[in-house]
Amino acid sequence: MKKFINDPADVVAQSLAGLAAAHPELRVDTEEQYIVRADAPRAGKVGLVSGGGSGHEPLHGGFVGPGMLDAAVPGEVFTSPVPDQILAATKAVDGGAGVVHVVKNYTGDVMNFQLAAELAADEGISVETVLVDDDVAVEDSTWTAGRRGTGATLLVEKIAGARAEEGGKLAEVAAIGREVNAASGSFAYALTSGTTPAAGRPGFELPADEIEAGVGIHGEPGRRREKLRPAKELVRSALDAILDAKTFTGPVLLLVNGLGGTPLIELYLIYGEASAYLEERGVAIARQLVGNYVTSLDMAGMSLTLCQATDEMIRLWDAPVRTPGLRWGA
Amino acid sequence: MDVTLAREWMRAAAGAIAADADLLTRLDAAIGDGDHGVNLNRGFTAVVAALEKTPPETVADVLIKAGTTLMSRVGGASGPIYGSALRAAGKALPPAAEVQPADLVAALHAGLEAVRKLGGAAPGDKTMVDAYGPAADAFEQAVAGGADLAGAAGAAARAAAAGAEATVPLQARKGRASYLGERSIGHQDPGATSTALIFQALADVS
Ligand SMILES: Nc1ncnc2c1ncn2[C@@H]1O[C@H](COP(=O)(O)OP(=O)(O)OP(=O)(O)O)[C@@H](O)[C@H]1O
Ligand SMILES: [Mg+2]
Repeated sequence: MKKFINDPADVVAQSLAGLAAAHPELRVDTEEQYIVRADAPRAGKVGLVSGGGSGHEPLHGGFVGPGMLDAAVPGEVFTSPVPDQILAATKAVDGGAGVVHVVKNYTGDVMNFQLAAELAADEGISVETVLVDDDVAVEDSTWTAGRRGTGATLLVEKIAGARAEEGGKLAEVAAIGREVNAASGSFAYALTSGTTPAAGRPGFELPADEIEAGVGIHGEPGRRREKLRPAKELVRSALDAILDAKTFTGPVLLLVNGLGGTPLIELYLIYGEASAYLEERGVAIARQLVGNYVTSLDMAGMSLTLCQATDEMIRLWDAPVRTPGLRWGA
Repeated sequence: MDVTLAREWMRAAAGAIAADADLLTRLDAAIGDGDHGVNLNRGFTAVVAALEKTPPETVADVLIKAGTTLMSRVGGASGPIYGSALRAAGKALPPAAEVQPADLVAALHAGLEAVRKLGGAAPGDKTMVDAYGPAADAFEQAVAGGADLAGAAGAAARAAAAGAEATVPLQARKGRASYLGERSIGHQDPGATSTALIFQALADVS
């Protein structure tokens, strides 16, 4: 393992300290381990809290700021945060109008956020939970853990964040978040595994000509192993999987997301292929975003996310946002 | 079981998990995200420290304190699951410095019920339930047959180990491993493996 770290055990804490130093507009509680807008809590504003394991940066800490999250709770690398942490962040952003938890559908995240929401309710804070489960590579079924939350998390956080910023009520902010999730689908390919600092070795090994199809964002193997093919074909397969799973007639939001180890030169190439294929399939793109946003440490790979967008979603997508990881109009 | 033995159990469990952290992490890397050993090791190290700082006076409080510590230190799926299991087990015990094997039967079943309620896993879903369920049943049967704590704990440990091994051919339906679909077949579940270690620790100190 070659990484710019001091000690594998201190990576999350030291990275948070660095984030705090680089962004004085954020407040980082290094004791309880959460990141919050410096002006929190804002009276009368619905608070938006998200979190999950570390290693997905800029998600979630990089999305704290006006127009998006009020707080983020990072756990250890790829490990969900604990209830105490989530509760502390929830209290820190509660301005009396309630708090929305954006939770990716992983057993650990779901359980820890659920326990935190119960503790918050005991303290008189109303919490609504928006569960993100957009990954179409996983079969959905009530008998399993269901689909994972991946790229659509960014869309949910941006759009629900904008709704909260303009004064939306608790139920409204949660409703638009759920609507975005329901309208979204994602699919990912990995060229390499990521390496967690604690493990010190890649989660899986791939021969030079093979890739993992249908991976999540935690370095876990995907649904199946395939031969590497030209980007054009991989993009088509990924989009076919998404278009088969849910109905997309357009206009859509399209996120071309790198998993941490794939350079922008490839991501733009992928965007070109994706936009051409969507045009062929008669799906118009309303807005697009290209970059490394929902990552899996240093995994080389990419995910595509489509969201069937309403006018309201597009309006909220365009609303000003000012965070370390996403910034426009403000 | 008296309060000293309960503390020794937690210390032995911490030792076993530290010794096998690498194995747990490797099992989790195969079908999960490779953090199970690291997570539990962090949690049980904190449990030992918490029990030393303010030693509880009842067996119930040992388990409740251990559970609360795991819940607030581990994260992941296993933190809330082991945390609520130990807390529910502790709450099912009479508030005494010493408890009887029959009390522990009820406590083990209360813990199992908490796991099922929180995670919704059924037997055969390839989770720690597949080790915990058989262990609780074996413990109960041994006690019903007149076994003492050592005998019942030994039976539970053997049943947990067999249950963990029996997860190998299963396809995961809960937790991270379920994302792999059929590819989860052929690997032993890390959570069931750590559960077997915890029951073996009980047998070792009894
Ligand atoms: N619903 C469930 N019920 C019971 N046990 C479960 C359930 N889901 C997962 N587990 C157990 O948890 C173990 C994995 O624990 P671990 O600490 O690695 O959590 P994780 O899934 O990696 O958490 P996170 O999602 O935060 O990374 C599995 O091996 C399995 O035994
Ligand atoms: Mg794990």
